[in-house]
Amino acid sequence: MLEAALDRRTVLRVSALAGGGMALSAAIPLEAATGSGTPAAAPRLLNAFVGIGADDRITIVNKNPECGQGIKTMLPMLIAEELDVAWEQVETRQADANAKLYGNQVAGGSTATPTNWLPMRQTGAAARAMLIQAAADLWKVPAESLKTSTGKVIDPASGRSISYGKLADAAAKLTPPPVASLKLKDKKDFTIIGKPKGGVDSPKVVRGEPIFGIDTQLPGMLYAVYERAPVHGARLVSAELGEVLKQPGVKHAFPIKGGLDPVGLIDGVAVVGTNWWLVNKAREKLRVNWDTAEWATHASTAYTANAKAMLDKGPATVIKAEGDAPGAVASATKKLTADYFYPFIAHVPMEPQNCTAIYRSDGTMEIWAPTQLPGNGLNGVASALGIPADKIKLHITRMGGGFGRRLMNDFMVQSAAIAKQLPDIPVQLIWSREDDVRSDFFRPAGWHRLSAGLDASGKLIAYDNHIVTFSRNGRVAQSAGMNGSEFPAGLVPNFRIGQSMMETMVPTGPLRAPSSNALAYVNQCFLDEVAAIGGTDLANLMYQILDKPKQLEGTQGFEGRRPGFNSVRARGVIEKAVAMSGWPKPSAPGRGKGLGFYFSHQGYFAEVVEVSVSREGEVTPHKVWVAGDVGSTIINPTGALNQVQGSVIDGIGQALALAITVKDGRIEQTNFHDYPLPRMPISPEIDIQWVITDNPPTGLGEPALPPVVPALVNAVYAATGKRIRSLPIDANALKTV
Amino acid sequence: MAYRLRINGKNRDIDVPGDMPLLWVLRNELDMVGTKFGCGVGMCGACTVHIDGEARRSCQTPVSTVGKASITTIEGLGNTPIGAKLQKAWLDKDVMQCGYCQAGQLMSASALLKTTPNPTHDEVEQAMSGNICRCACYTRIKVAILEAVAETSKEKSHA
Repeated sequence: MLEAALDRRTVLRVSALAGGGMALSAAIPLEAATGSGTPAAAPRLLNAFVGIGADDRITIVNKNPECGQGIKTMLPMLIAEELDVAWEQVETRQADANAKLYGNQVAGGSTATPTNWLPMRQTGAAARAMLIQAAADLWKVPAESLKTSTGKVIDPASGRSISYGKLADAAAKLTPPPVASLKLKDKKDFTIIGKPKGGVDSPKVVRGEPIFGIDTQLPGMLYAVYERAPVHGARLVSAELGEVLKQPGVKHAFPIKGGLDPVGLIDGVAVVGTNWWLVNKAREKLRVNWDTAEWATHASTAYTANAKAMLDKGPATVIKAEGDAPGAVASATKKLTADYFYPFIAHVPMEPQNCTAIYRSDGTMEIWAPTQLPGNGLNGVASALGIPADKIKLHITRMGGGFGRRLMNDFMVQSAAIAKQLPDIPVQLIWSREDDVRSDFFRPAGWHRLSAGLDASGKLIAYDNHIVTFSRNGRVAQSAGMNGSEFPAGLVPNFRIGQSMMETMVPTGPLRAPSSNALAYVNQCFLDEVAAIGGTDLANLMYQILDKPKQLEGTQGFEGRRPGFNSVRARGVIEKAVAMSGWPKPSAPGRGKGLGFYFSHQGYFAEVVEVSVSREGEVTPHKVWVAGDVGSTIINPTGALNQVQGSVIDGIGQALALAITVKDGRIEQTNFHDYPLPRMPISPEIDIQWVITDNPPTGLGEPALPPVVPALVNAVYAATGKRIRSLPIDANALKTV
Repeated sequence: MAYRLRINGKNRDIDVPGDMPLLWVLRNELDMVGTKFGCGVGMCGACTVHIDGEARRSCQTPVSTVGKASITTIEGLGNTPIGAKLQKAWLDKDVMQCGYCQAGQLMSASALLKTTPNPTHDEVEQAMSGNICRCACYTRIKVAILEAVAETSKEKSHA
């Protein structure tokens, strides 16, 4: 659909990357283009990114999935800036899944900004260079003598100008310039980057136009539900379908056999019919026999009891050790040991999981999916159903939120498996909210025992962190465990991270700022306690830990990305947050301010929260101050603030109320009454300031979340004198009446 | 059962069981997918529509209970002056992230301003507390509502 639309325009046949050296390829996600080396293949690449119509409408394609992070606005901004057009001329379009054309297509890990900052600008600059050359050829003047402005090539010598639309045909016939010859704009000349741009799809959203996956409509489409075992790890034995098939609206019902991998196709029973509400209601008539094996005994209470025993026993494995942390704690002048816990939590994006698919009798499949990781979904469908990947066309729809949930494409594989049973009928699978809450890939719960030692001068000389986490088939479960480079690795002489594991079949996975969303709480709340026994406060303890300029190579905690942790940047945001907030002095009696810092997903954030706590133990966050360092440039300031505001409230919601628990192998929570997401009244005032540093810009989908959790918990301590070592915060523990 | 509904000023005829929620009549019978499914139990507000001008959860409204009442959905919101002002404020303030809940947010906000043209911050929070935004765009939703209020009655100043 997209390609067809572009083909109707005059397409600029250039490739920023056609002559590009391999030096660039490492930083560029467009491996297919740089790696191919064939001039014939290369022009097709930019066909997919930039189209210029004779009417001077500029079409710019966004390659990555849009889940609310603003990528469909931001990536085209980068191209448009260097193409040198007016933003108002630009129409952005969503790419289909196509690794050959677009390289890596993903909404996850706050990766889009660092990996696309240069290549997208080069893509725009290459197109601009081609248009200049076309004008130079037309006017018989040197290309170097020409300039561009808002979609026109200008000849300063003669004063004449010509629009890109009139040059597009000629430019399309030119050889793409080598990347090394491209000159990118100086930051001071930016007219689009750094200027607030509203979301490109927002006008459609406020009019209720169909743009989300669940809005996909096809002629003759049927709706489906997929009944799965309530116990994670159970297998389908048999299903009675007679009663279901008699229900109004129901057209088909059939069992599907899958495997035990929740990312792929798991066992279930499909009910398909004319209206989703009817088929979902018909589900009540299903009689399914599941084999729960040993998994029906699993429970959160048992996990906690096991974890306690494992903490007492000491780490089963040592992930990282420098010096002798246990020994140094034992001989330290002052020491502290404390246990911390955080629960499973769920993603619950507002758009329930859904996917629309049609399997045609010619053996091809077409899919419309709200997915953060389309390539994996496409390959997952291919391998689960035995359909060659090149016979599958996957359209990436806008997503009603992702938060990491839609990095897993289980819903896509299920939808495709159902559609494959019903050739030539489009089928839309929709999960109920109850399906979504039960069948998530949860942020894994974790138990920690931390010990620290201070020397006579109050310096932190030992830090020991033992995590009890989950395994699956004997290996660390998805997004569970800890990396040896977590803060304060490399900054304390005696340092150890130890790990013990217990087996689970509860699916786990990445949730916004994976790993960091839990570890920031554990680390910064524990250090707040350590600071107190040392007679100082968290900011000063952090300054002491960060006292020397240090660039830790290759450490990015969970992500393992480069460059690693930089102590100067860390200190910069802490100083800024402290200055902005007046921490630790509360603004009114009875209130408390707490600080939290974390480095995750290449972003540095320090946040201060001010709270009050009622006599009933209810915590009210009044204001949050945020200082963030994500490099030299805030590409879309309004989108950036939105990500930070959302992250802050998201984290506050997690700290105050959210937990998933397991009983009899089942998830106990079902919907928003027992998984109470934050609502408008809990939202505090949020003051955000950027620390601009001379570093390449990095992403904002995640790093503002982790610090708010410890900042809130430390604020509760400042207000009440009570330490919270288990999340979510239990109001009963804070009650004074 | 056959029903004739009045939706956004037009008559629409359908034949469905009377207990089918209005949400699924709109989405699956009439292909009006602007009204969103979020929870199915009236907890999130994504499915909010107006029935005779009042905000109602369409997932909790059996079609048999609607009768001759006038239904307004997000597709018809822009036809009202308040609705159009709110839509504009939503864009001016770049309110949304994913946008999935925003149809419901706009319908709740417009119902509020119909009965309370000049709400206080607390009244806004109260009226909007039934609508979940998982992206947590609450700060901006509030600002946008108050901007629409200011736009509507520039002579008055809000509390």
